[in-house]
Amino acid sequence: MTLRGDLALISDLINDHARVLDLGCGTGELLANLQANKSVNGYGLDKDPDNIQVCLNKGVNVIEQDLDAGLGNFATNNFDMVVMTDALQAVRDPRGLLQDMLRIGEECVVTFPNFGHWRCRLQLGIGGHMPVSKHLPHDWFNTPNIHLCTTVDFERLCAEENFRIIDRRVVNTRYAEHWSIHLAPNLFGSHAFYRLGRPS
Amino acid sequence: MSLSATNSVGLVTPQRFVCDDPLHLQNGHVLKGYELVYETYGTLNADKSNALLICHALSGHHHAAGYHEEDDAKPGWWDACIGPGKAIDTNRFFVLSLNNLGGCHGSTGPRSINPDTGTPYGPDFPGVVVKDWVATQAALADHLGIDSFAAVVGGSLGGMQAMQWAIDYPSRVNACVAIASAAKLSAQNIAFNEIARQAITSDQEFNQGRYFEVDKNPEKGLGLARMIGHVTYLSDDGMGSKFGRDIKSGDFGTGPEVEFQVESYLNYQGRAFTKYFDANTYLLMTRALDHFDPARETGGDLVKAFASARCRFLVLSFSSDWRFSAARSQEITDALVRAKKNVASAIIESEHGHDSFLLPIQRYVDALGTFLNHSLDQRLSQAGGES
Repeated sequence: MTLRGDLALISDLINDHARVLDLGCGTGELLANLQANKSVNGYGLDKDPDNIQVCLNKGVNVIEQDLDAGLGNFATNNFDMVVMTDALQAVRDPRGLLQDMLRIGEECVVTFPNFGHWRCRLQLGIGGHMPVSKHLPHDWFNTPNIHLCTTVDFERLCAEENFRIIDRRVVNTRYAEHWSIHLAPNLFGSHAFYRLGRPS
Repeated sequence: MSLSATNSVGLVTPQRFVCDDPLHLQNGHVLKGYELVYETYGTLNADKSNALLICHALSGHHHAAGYHEEDDAKPGWWDACIGPGKAIDTNRFFVLSLNNLGGCHGSTGPRSINPDTGTPYGPDFPGVVVKDWVATQAALADHLGIDSFAAVVGGSLGGMQAMQWAIDYPSRVNACVAIASAAKLSAQNIAFNEIARQAITSDQEFNQGRYFEVDKNPEKGLGLARMIGHVTYLSDDGMGSKFGRDIKSGDFGTGPEVEFQVESYLNYQGRAFTKYFDANTYLLMTRALDHFDPARETGGDLVKAFASARCRFLVLSFSSDWRFSAARSQEITDALVRAKKNVASAIIESEHGHDSFLLPIQRYVDALGTFLNHSLDQRLSQAGGES
């Protein structure tokens, strides 16, 4: 089974037999892969009935829970890794959630669409309208994305909270790295991928 | 005619398991022997790996699916979920459903003859708890040659038995499904049970539980207990859409007093219940509900209580169920996650309250069926791989 590009990047970071919590696990693609190939003890949270049904069909440990309700029901230090792919921008309290992710897990991985990408800037700066793209396909009035940020914004929050940035990959729409992105990640990267640790 | 429906298990005949071994109950009492009445649906496969145990709730019994007679008005109590192609698919599973010890539908209980006295036990029937039921269910499984169940499934009090199975017999359960259940009752929930018990015991015909000796039945009390229970098994919205303020008879003027549809329905339910249920069994079953708390053995720590379990779990709840709310199911799920057990959970949108677990709600049926079938697939493929 070939994993979606961003999920393959995350999968590489996870050790065999690790305990993994996937926030907004969708159809359970990452967890099913980790369970099959790395004997991971993984759990996914999702609130969409259709996604949950697909997860059950794959034998994924899916738990119906809305991320906006918080993660207070999870014990401190209960997981090796807490993962959240492309949900940060859609939750009500991104900072609180990040704090909770690093309380529950030793480390966390967070991915999000980079609002600093030049296409977004062009659409807003020159076009004068809210950006719409492959990763941000919604119009302003129906978007679930209420907390969009750039890599600069995100790293500012990490600094404020003393989150340790262990690794950062900023990639293009095909989840590939490119020299231009290394040069100016916040301008040329469409997707950001952060591996965070607790304050040292 | 519903019997001809293609997804019914059809006509079924109850069977009887007679156990002559003494049963040591949790409260220290010893029953010299006991009988359990049960039904089975589907076919046990050659290596006996497809057995699924149904655990019933407060007022349930062994007759979970199909019909006893061709002209039965209604099928078994969980026919919505048990049958060929249904969530509990009898084309795949060998389903075992029994009447619990202490029941009033044929298994040894308060109506049975006490061998020491030659008269019915009545109120002298010893108190049984969920752990006792599970022990007798295991004895029945032994009798049928079933080493381990592909799944143990139950709603409400039945879900408590399913969890107790996972804890007490970890090597004998492959999957556990707890539907609209709880790891222990809340104070409010116990309170409702106590009101129901008071309704029964304060009925003059109750006669300290020896109503059968004076040829009486505390129908008013038992009916009232059922009415109280029934209201808590439904939701405000559900009752609203079923009955609203519709009037059955009378009017608001000078005529006869108004009777609302909901009153008529509840009164009917209460009366009907007294025809097939025993007051002493009702007291016993509600006590078992109140006492259930597997964490009591582990210093109040539910995570530790689940430590022995090895099976996969599915925890289902319903949005409008306030008697066994989604929050209670969440407690089960949270403890299982902390205990590092495989668990999935879903909160099914429904306006039918606690009774939802008996109804063929599409998402519920899909989730239950998918989980059970996946669990069985996995079990059969593992067995195939090892042989």
